[in-house]
Amino acid sequence: MTTVRALVIDDSRTMRSLLSRQLVALGYEVLQAGHGEEALEVLERAGGEVPHLATVDWNMPVMDGLTFVQKVRSRPEWRSISLMMVTTEAEYDQIVRALAAGAHEYLIKPFTQEAFIDKLDLLGLVPAKALS
Amino acid sequence: MGNLTPQAFSYVAELVRREAAIVLGPGKEYLVEARLTPLARAAGAADVSAYVSTLQSPARAKQRMAVVEALTTNETSWFRDGEPFEALRTTVVPQLLTQVPPSRRVNVWSAACSSGQEAYTIAMVMAEHAGGRKVDILASDLSQEMLDRTKAGSYSQLEVGRGLPAPMMVKHFRRSGTQWQVSEQLRSMVRTQRINLATPFPPLPVFDVVFLRNVLIYFDTPTKRAILQRVRQVLSPQGFLFLGGAETTIGIDDGWDRTTVGRFTLYRPASAADPTPVPVPSLAWAATAEGR
Repeated sequence: MTTVRALVIDDSRTMRSLLSRQLVALGYEVLQAGHGEEALEVLERAGGEVPHLATVDWNMPVMDGLTFVQKVRSRPEWRSISLMMVTTEAEYDQIVRALAAGAHEYLIKPFTQEAFIDKLDLLGLVPAKALS
Repeated sequence: MGNLTPQAFSYVAELVRREAAIVLGPGKEYLVEARLTPLARAAGAADVSAYVSTLQSPARAKQRMAVVEALTTNETSWFRDGEPFEALRTTVVPQLLTQVPPSRRVNVWSAACSSGQEAYTIAMVMAEHAGGRKVDILASDLSQEMLDRTKAGSYSQLEVGRGLPAPMMVKHFRRSGTQWQVSEQLRSMVRTQRINLATPFPPLPVFDVVFLRNVLIYFDTPTKRAILQRVRQVLSPQGFLFLGGAETTIGIDDGWDRTTVGRFTLYRPASAADPTPVPVPSLAWAATAEGR
């Protein structure tokens, strides 16, 4: 099967490596970015190999996650990317805003590994070999 | 984690039989291993067998209760096992809309509802896809505590995090302090009743759909057969039965026909009018919903 690719966007190095480790264990190829603008650059360079998934922190320097989601959604060639907000923002209105902007899923920090995998499963993004 | 020893398995099986009248027959080793692994890890034991061997001391009554609970509590989690709810949406609901008269309520039973996630997941599917039909969902359990939790419809961040799609969460839940509260619309569809599946049922309405998932695995074959026979008596002849992925009627009660939807198996009382339902295309479904 084709490799699943993820882009992990978070200004915390600890959080980036935590998410990356879990995704790599599931068979993902993982790229990382420290804020929204850096993530957009990664996507521009990806050409035809856009990631299947981006996990997006909300509060980051330079460009926040909500703005990143809006920018990705405005680009037809990036429409296939599943966007999962992974953030400490836990208010109802924030979740509604993120979904309205185009995020597909929303995971509130702190979270368990099982909850993260559940969210991937809802997006149809748990590779078959990880399930067997 | 290593393989469960026969000694450890028979000790746990006897414990659960004595404390909860539930039979863990041969072949249930996987269940014991899966459910007790977190307890064994938390206790720092090398594996489940090693953990079980520490339980036998008289001082470990609390740990023994934790084992019984781990083996008898259903962990329920919204849409996480997606296939049953996909089958409900694509196949069962469209059939119900044609076979249940619009003047009558659609009756659904979530048997052994635990803390209510299954009942509310059914309610979400019905609210979105049952074309405005009145739907009654009976959530039953042996435990009054579980029924109270179901009725309250209040879940922690951790609980809503398990398999509830974010768009469904914002549509059907509101934040209440640190909890998430199920909407009044869904709560009004669900009522609770204490029912012991292993004994004759109290008077019940005729159900169009019964969810009996991951319950039969706990009972011995004669009890499974008796439960399935009683369920047939309260299920409409055109009704649908949902069992857990590891459960079947085969070799237990032959009064059922099977039909598959994708990878999921649905059960209907034998000789139901249309034993092989086919998913109704969405256009026909829309026409049905509008044509009422």
